[in-house]
Amino acid sequence: MNTELLRLEGVRKSFGDHVVLSDVDLSVEPGQCVVLIGASGSGKSTLLRCVNLLEVVDDGVITFEGRDITDPRVDGDEVRSRMGLVFQSYNLFPHLDVIGNVTLALRLVHGVDPGEARTRGLAMLERVGLAEKATARPDDLSGGQQQRVAIARALVANPRLMLLDEVTSALDPELVGEVLDLLGELKGEGVTMLLNTHEMGFARDVADQVCFLHAGRIHEQGTPEQVLGDPQQERTRGFLSRIRA
Amino acid sequence: MPGRVASGATGDWAPSAVQRDRDEWRRRRTLRSAAIAAGSTLVLLGVIAAAVVSSPGWDRVRETYFSWDKAVSSFPAVLDGLWLNIRVMAICWVLILVLSLTIAVVRTLRGPVAFPLRLLGTAYVDIFRGLPLLLVIFLLGFGGPALRLQGLPTSPLFWGGTALVLSYSAYVAEVFRSGIESVHPSQRLAGRSLGLSYGQTLRHVVLPQAWRRVIPALMNDLVSLQKDSGLIAVLGVYDAIRRAQIETSLDFNYTPYVVAGALFCCLTIPMARLTDRYARKKGYHGAGGHL
Repeated sequence: MNTELLRLEGVRKSFGDHVVLSDVDLSVEPGQCVVLIGASGSGKSTLLRCVNLLEVVDDGVITFEGRDITDPRVDGDEVRSRMGLVFQSYNLFPHLDVIGNVTLALRLVHGVDPGEARTRGLAMLERVGLAEKATARPDDLSGGQQQRVAIARALVANPRLMLLDEVTSALDPELVGEVLDLLGELKGEGVTMLLNTHEMGFARDVADQVCFLHAGRIHEQGTPEQVLGDPQQERTRGFLSRIRA
Repeated sequence: MPGRVASGATGDWAPSAVQRDRDEWRRRRTLRSAAIAAGSTLVLLGVIAAAVVSSPGWDRVRETYFSWDKAVSSFPAVLDGLWLNIRVMAICWVLILVLSLTIAVVRTLRGPVAFPLRLLGTAYVDIFRGLPLLLVIFLLGFGGPALRLQGLPTSPLFWGGTALVLSYSAYVAEVFRSGIESVHPSQRLAGRSLGLSYGQTLRHVVLPQAWRRVIPALMNDLVSLQKDSGLIAVLGVYDAIRRAQIETSLDFNYTPYVVAGALFCCLTIPMARLTDRYARKKGYHGAGGHL
């Protein structure tokens, strides 16, 4: 009997001759926050996209809620509707207003009627502190606000797992804080998160588990104290010293 | 930049001496530019008019092409014909939008299952963009009725309209396709990551954005269709051009053609201005800023 929400075993992914992930093992338990760290191009984003079934793995098994979602017979849309994915560049829908962005999947995928979708959407915007922006266009918001809308959009259907792909990398330093604070609060509310980031302070404060990726392999994983405070691998030490320099 | 002068003059701010000097200079320059533009336009038009009017054949031409009496007498018939052009254009435009959007969507389908459909869409666009419109009108207009297909009318109007729809759909499909492909792939990813299906993502995420981007190009094709609806006159349909032809044949005075031309312009020019205004409203300002 396993308690994991998500489990990756021997996952491999390549684009042409370029192997992006190889032999990745990872597990996420409910309520946990697992942070992937590593240099650009180490495969962090690809890992999240494989979990969201936006990329098809070359080998290995990804188990989500006890079910092998890498089985080609699995309905990918249904699996994705049970996860939330937030992108580095927000990817809000520019032709819809903020509330339209947040409620689109509720109405189309989860069959919630428009009135209730609106109520839930507004409550979610309230949650991320943007209720007064409900009728604004995404282009009229700051980067930090757009990213909070994107988080609300991913979170509104109560996903079992939130995937966050470098959600602060496109933001000005002063806006990074507002997004990270929100993620910290979500963690406190029991939202399960798998994310990659360059914010080591966030990883230290919030993560239950930190994984260091290098060239598509997990080189070291453990508690933040261990991986960030007392790294065992030469590569991890090298990466951390470059990031802190 | 006269519009920029004194902009933002709010509160206790008053323009400095330097700024007043700049504003004054811009104002003078604007006046001078306007004067030069007006003057040069008048001179150019005057030269053209003088050249035409002083030409040896001008009296004959004026009588044959610009006869006021002939214009007045032929106007009702030509206007009546134009009403047919307008109806043909309106009905064809709706059918063109439906058919071309379908073809465009088919051409952007992915996966091996859709290959035959994609091939069909590509072949359709290649063929109907390759054939001259006039040729399609002749082929369908005379060949279509000869087929005597059950349940299909044999009127030249029907087959001429069909030719317009088939030919224009190929062009408009490419406009739609360029719009669909201009929507960044990350938008599809965002839609799919929320659990939307391929079709839902297309319908609710991609197409609304694509549609907005191609509206100026679509309006351009609509203006073009307004004119080309006159080509079905070759099938003997009583549209504006055919009616003008009949009026002309009474006394070999070509003024009715000029009347028809003026009426077509009355349709297309407002449409073109509307397109420009719409495009500006949607934020196509060119280089932007004051450059």
